Amino acid sequence: MVKVFIEKENKTVIAKGNTIKEILEKLNINPEEVLTVKNNELVTLETKISEKDSIKLLSVISGG
Amino acid sequence: MAGMHRVYKGNAGSPYMTCKNCKEKPVFVQISNVPLCRQHFIRYFEKKVLYTIKKFSIINKNDKIVAALSGGKDSTTILYILNELSKKTRHFTLSALLIDEGIKNYRDKTKQDAIDFCKKNKISLEILSYKKDLGNTLDEMLKKVKQKPCSICGVFRRYLLNKGARNLHATKLATGHNLDDEAQSILMNQFRRNNETSARLGPITGILKDKQFIPRIKPLYLLTEKEVAIYAFLKQFPVTFTECPNAPQGYRGDVRIMLNQLESKYPGTKHSIVNTFLENLPYLKESCKTKSTLNYCKICKEPTSKEICQACVLLNEIKKKNV
Repeated sequence: MVKVFIEKENKTVIAKGNTIKEILEKLNINPEEVLTVKNNELVTLETKISEKDSIKLLSVISGG
Repeated sequence: MAGMHRVYKGNAGSPYMTCKNCKEKPVFVQISNVPLCRQHFIRYFEKKVLYTIKKFSIINKNDKIVAALSGGKDSTTILYILNELSKKTRHFTLSALLIDEGIKNYRDKTKQDAIDFCKKNKISLEILSYKKDLGNTLDEMLKKVKQKPCSICGVFRRYLLNKGARNLHATKLATGHNLDDEAQSILMNQFRRNNETSARLGPITGILKDKQFIPRIKPLYLLTEKEVAIYAFLKQFPVTFTECPNAPQGYRGDVRIMLNQLESKYPGTKHSIVNTFLENLPYLKESCKTKSTLNYCKICKEPTSKEICQACVLLNEIKKKNV
């Protein structure tokens, strides 16, 4: 279980998964729409995660 | 074409362990499965912008470029790259133009980001506003006319950008439109059977040439929204990754979700839409040339295809509600 901050919704949720990709699938978030940040570093979808990690999902869609 | 990209088979037994070019951790994986670290992603991104500028000849020597700046990630990115290029080559001059629509809790924040960015990078910034130049903020206009926010805002933003750029003696107006924006516009025009609007798209816009019209250039044309967001994040630009509060209400929002779902399932979809469009664009422009007419608005004298431009039609409607 890992804490995930979803910037667009300004909320933190708990999700289960071994990689960023699995977390996004669990949360039903399209990877096209977020930047995935682990411990303040930008990471790819295949990156492994553990309970100690801080995960942030930043919205790609901005402007207008 | 979707699914036809060359697939990189990886290094050290895993495609995602390290950057393709060095041993650093990857921050991004291209659609052809090539992982790139921070440094190599930035290099790839900047090379792609230069490639776009050269391929479509969108900047010429002695051009006076005005960059439309909102304070968001796309326009800040293009302003930064053009500024670096201008300093390096001295082939063109650059300044920025911001349109303040008056959207509470959104533009006030991004406007300040834009002002700070220009100050830090010593870029001249001109600000026009709906309130000062058109009489009402967008928020006020929306209370008076029953139209979708993006429909009104788009008309006035284009109107003021063209007018403002012309007053700054610009030869080109650079915007932060990216590959996602273009793919969305292409589909929206297709769905609405609007060929003439599509003919105005492309990396350099316009069908008919007129000195009153400042051609718009899109140096981020071949880069996706996610790639631009990654660049802005890595460069630590002072931008907030927020969306205009009116944006989800628009048709574009639905098309964007649909396209992202397709892209996720069939990588390369967005590139295919734009590349196919580019192949057809010369024919589309040619066929729309004969249908397009150019007049000058009877009220404001700005160029338009009608007798009265859409900005003046909307302004009259708003004026009636003021009485």
